[in-house]
Amino acid sequence: MSRQESSTNEGRKFKRGDEDEDDEEDGKGREAWERTYADERSWESLQEDESGLLRPIDNKTLYHAQYRRRLRTSTTTRIQKGLIRYLYIVIDLSRAAGETDYKPSRMVVVARQVEAFIREFFDQNPLSQIGLLTLKDGVANSLTDLGGSPESHIKALMGKLTSSGDASLQNGLDLVHSHLNQMPTYGHREVLILYSSLNTCDPSDIMETIQKCKASKIRCSVIGLSAELYICKYLCQETGGSYYVAVDEHHLKELVFEHAPPPPAIAEFAIANLIKMGFPQRAAEGVISICSCHKEAKVGGGYTCPRCKARICDLPTECQICGLTLVSSPHLARSYHHLFPITPFDDVAPSVSSDPRYLAKNCFGCQQTLLNPGNMPGSRVCCPKCKQYFCLDCDIYIHESLHNCPGCESFRHSKSNGTVEG
Amino acid sequence: MTPVSSKLYTDDVSLLVVLIDTNPFFWNSVKSNLPFSKFISHVLAFLNSILLVNQQNQVVVLATGHNSCDYVFDSSVAQSQNQRAEHLLQKLEEFVDKDESLCREESVDGQGFSLLSGSLSMALCYIQRVFRSGPLHPHPRILCLHGSPDGPGQYVAIMNSIFSAQRSMVPIDACVIGTQHSAFLQQASYITGGVYLKPQLLDGLFQYLSTVFATDLHSRAFLQLPKPAGVDFRASCFCHKNTIDMGYICSVCLSIFCKHQKKCSTCGSVFGQAQAQDSSTPPNPNPKRKTPMDA
Repeated sequence: MSRQESSTNEGRKFKRGDEDEDDEEDGKGREAWERTYADERSWESLQEDESGLLRPIDNKTLYHAQYRRRLRTSTTTRIQKGLIRYLYIVIDLSRAAGETDYKPSRMVVVARQVEAFIREFFDQNPLSQIGLLTLKDGVANSLTDLGGSPESHIKALMGKLTSSGDASLQNGLDLVHSHLNQMPTYGHREVLILYSSLNTCDPSDIMETIQKCKASKIRCSVIGLSAELYICKYLCQETGGSYYVAVDEHHLKELVFEHAPPPPAIAEFAIANLIKMGFPQRAAEGVISICSCHKEAKVGGGYTCPRCKARICDLPTECQICGLTLVSSPHLARSYHHLFPITPFDDVAPSVSSDPRYLAKNCFGCQQTLLNPGNMPGSRVCCPKCKQYFCLDCDIYIHESLHNCPGCESFRHSKSNGTVEG
Repeated sequence: MTPVSSKLYTDDVSLLVVLIDTNPFFWNSVKSNLPFSKFISHVLAFLNSILLVNQQNQVVVLATGHNSCDYVFDSSVAQSQNQRAEHLLQKLEEFVDKDESLCREESVDGQGFSLLSGSLSMALCYIQRVFRSGPLHPHPRILCLHGSPDGPGQYVAIMNSIFSAQRSMVPIDACVIGTQHSAFLQQASYITGGVYLKPQLLDGLFQYLSTVFATDLHSRAFLQLPKPAGVDFRASCFCHKNTIDMGYICSVCLSIFCKHQKKCSTCGSVFGQAQAQDSSTPPNPNPKRKTPMDA
């Protein structure tokens, strides 16, 4: 696969296809200010309407279609999800990560996406843990160990952004394997590799390492930034992960964020188990005590481990003294929407909505009018359960962030199911 | 779309979404303290004062009923200024009638909670619409005037709303007018950074509302508002509904149990062996213990 939007300096080096020919001619004599326009391709966000006027592309229906596709793939059936995940993010900081086809450079773009991903990940998987690893100069370095604090990961990542040497996939996998192998079996072990290089420089047979990962049930996924590599594809196939190559920054973000929602729980990957957890209470205000995590005296706030009474600053965590997993009930509740997803809304065909008296005029959620200018019924969706109509924006918000159907929630669920009327 | 984007908003313009509890079972039970009519007159005075403080302020009122929820007032919809109260009261009356008629149909068995999850979800949808309206928009917040007890079946839906509000930085304020504290609203205001208040004397409700909940979000930073008292973050187990501070969690569906079980009653997973013993023995000091904690 090649990148569509590969930069102009590459275009200068290689002969590309015919349609790039004139692009290339221009590239030679371009000033910096001209290049910014050429790189942003601002004309692509415009389209011509029937009367020949330029107007911005109607993104709304486009976004909505994209979202429907996502929805269909993710919540077709109620499946068990792997809610407790141990994920290592392996970041390639070899020479190739310094390439500037992504602006300002591959590693900066990757770091930015990883930062956003870490926050999103902990928002969606509050009981999971992340660790960071870098590949550089032929060796793998552990940047952070598995932990549940987004800030410490992001801080460590941002401090180490230099690229040099070669990347070694095998060394990275070996290190991940040694870390993940000691994690409890009820957790899902995963690796996400962001690979910039086009080669791997390994000390021995990488196939053995891949088999080792497979045996330890580590799900390896790779997102490439340059071109498809057979070894990455093989690795993902063997371990049940996914392999994609990003074409541009936007695509990269999409690919990275696909890993944020919990994966389906696969019985042979993680054994169901009961985990002992503590629900610490908030310590009284104004009490001075020494916290076990920073070894500092602190006033007020904090939580007390119910088993050993040690003081902890933040949840969720593992008690430093007795090793009990400590969470609060909202942390658990944050994951419940993965288990009870709301049904996708149905599109309402324009032919059905021909009788304007019958249809609601406003979106049930936000009261925005559902009529197009000229009193024609606009595009809308309908909840199959409560039969309320929603606008497209609300549809996306409800399924992606709220996870409640306002219509179903605001009518008492009768035992004689489904007779409620708006 | 309303022409909100054409206005110039400063940092002290608020959009206040008020959720009024109209549950007849609740108002019937507290008649002696504060009748509904008196409560509404307090609220009307409060809403008027919000609109007076800044002429760009916007107020939306949602009624949280026993069987349904609906919008009853939106100050951005054009209407003559001196008939706001009449308009609101008329819509509210219609709503209460409709709510009552739904109630008769289904012969309710005295479940006294109202549909807070529904009105919260609708309020959040409305707020998202305001966010979409352009880069300059009023700063939204939600105020729940709630009295009915918490409906246990709404737990997941209310928590979902709370997290969505937290993500979009919308504080949920709560003024509890019932006799008991609401654990849902305590968590809501704690998680979203709102104010939780249970007034001592309901006769002075207007004063509580105007002193605590009338200030815009920007000015709140300079005020000494009621601090959240202890919020109970302990969970209750699914098997006996006991509140526990240590328990067992199913690794597949995160159900909470107070005792070790063989099989999860929620998702039906069969549990493996010995994990309980593993985690109760002190952990061996393996190298990954020393996590890099930034001081």
